[in-house]
Amino acid sequence: MSAPQPSLSPEAAPPAAPGAARVSISEIFLTFLVIGATSFGGGVVAYLRNALVISKGWLDEEQFMTALEISQALPGLNATNMSVIVGDRLRGPVGAIAGFLGMTLPGGLLVFALGVFYASNHGNPAMHSVLAGIGAASVGLLAAVTLQIGHKQLEHFTELALVVITVVMVSFLHISLLAVLLTVLPLALFIYRPRSDDRPKIPEEEAP
Amino acid sequence: MSQSNSDLSLLGVFSLLSLLAIGGGTAVLPEMKQLTVEAHHWITDGQFRDIYALGQVAPGPNMLMVIVIGYHVAGTPGALIAFAGFFLPASTLALGASRLWNHFEGSPWRLALQNALAPIVVGLMAAGMIAIARTAITGTETTLLAIAVFALLYFGPKINPALLILAGGAVGYLTLS
Repeated sequence: MSAPQPSLSPEAAPPAAPGAARVSISEIFLTFLVIGATSFGGGVVAYLRNALVISKGWLDEEQFMTALEISQALPGLNATNMSVIVGDRLRGPVGAIAGFLGMTLPGGLLVFALGVFYASNHGNPAMHSVLAGIGAASVGLLAAVTLQIGHKQLEHFTELALVVITVVMVSFLHISLLAVLLTVLPLALFIYRPRSDDRPKIPEEEAP
Repeated sequence: MSQSNSDLSLLGVFSLLSLLAIGGGTAVLPEMKQLTVEAHHWITDGQFRDIYALGQVAPGPNMLMVIVIGYHVAGTPGALIAFAGFFLPASTLALGASRLWNHFEGSPWRLALQNALAPIVVGLMAAGMIAIARTAITGTETTLLAIAVFALLYFGPKINPALLILAGGAVGYLTLS
C-alpha cells in the first residue's frame, strides 16, 4: 500500500489513472494553497472538485467521490481530510503534508492576524457590531447548508427520527458528543446493517 | 492555572474535539462551546460568538477559529497548540484510514456505515447551528438577518455565501452599534 501512485482505488486498478505522471510536491502544495486561499464561504467541496478533477485531472469523478466518502466518514474536516488523502495518493505521506499545509496556511494566517487584532481591540463597539452581524448571518448560512445536505434525511421516518434523536441529545439534553456517538451510531449501524439478501458477492480470498 | 497546565489542557481539549468531529467542524461546535466556555472558562459566551464570526471571514477549512481560542488562552504558542491539536489527530487518522478503506472495497458494511452516518451528521450540523444561534441571535435585528441570509441561500439564486457573511458584517455595523 505504500506505492505512491495517483490512484484512489488500487484494488480496482483503473487502467490509466488520469494524471499518471509523477506530480511534484511543490505542485501539490501550490494547488492546495490556491484552494485554501480562495475557498470562501464554506463550499470547499466545489473548489476541490474544480481543481482536482477538472483543472488538474489528478482524479476522475469516481475517484473524487470515493475520496469524499472517506473524508466524510472519518472525523475531521472535509477540506483537510481531502488534502491529506489526495496528497497521500499522489506522493505518499510527504504529499499529504504538502496538501495539508497548502490547505490550512492561507486561512490560518489570516485568522491568526484577525485574532491578534480582536484581542487588542477588546471593547471596541464597532468591531463587536460587525462580528454580531457576521454571527447572525452565519446562523442563516448554517441553517441553509444543513437543510441542503439534510433534506433527503428529513423525508424518511427512520432517518428523520435519527436526526431528531441526535439534536435532542446534543442541544437539549446536553449529552456529551462522545456519548451521543457511542449510542446513536451503533443504533444506526444496526438499522442499516447489510441484509443477507442484498449482500453483493465479495470474493473471500481478497488478500493481495 | 500555570502556563504548561493550560497548554496541556488546550492540547487535550482540541485533540478530543478533532477525533469527535465526525461530519465536519459544525458537528463539534456544541461540545467545543461546552468545553471552552462552561468547563474551562477560557472565553465567555460572547467571545465564542465573536471568534466563530472571525473564523467565518477566512477561506479554507471552516474551523480555523480554534487558532483564536488558543491565542486567547496561551498567546502565540497556544494558537499553534490549538491548531495542531484540532487538525493533526484527525488528519493522521485520515492518512491511515483512507489506505485501509480501500481494502473494504465492495464490502456491504461500507455502505451501511455511510447510511448510518448520514442522519447523525445532519443532526449534529443542526445542533451546531443551534449552539451558534443561542449566542448570536440576541434580538429582532439578528433574527431578521439570520432569516434573510437563510432565505437568500435556500430559495434565492446561486450566490457565494461569503458575500452574505460580509454583508451581515456590514448590516451589523450599521444597525447594531
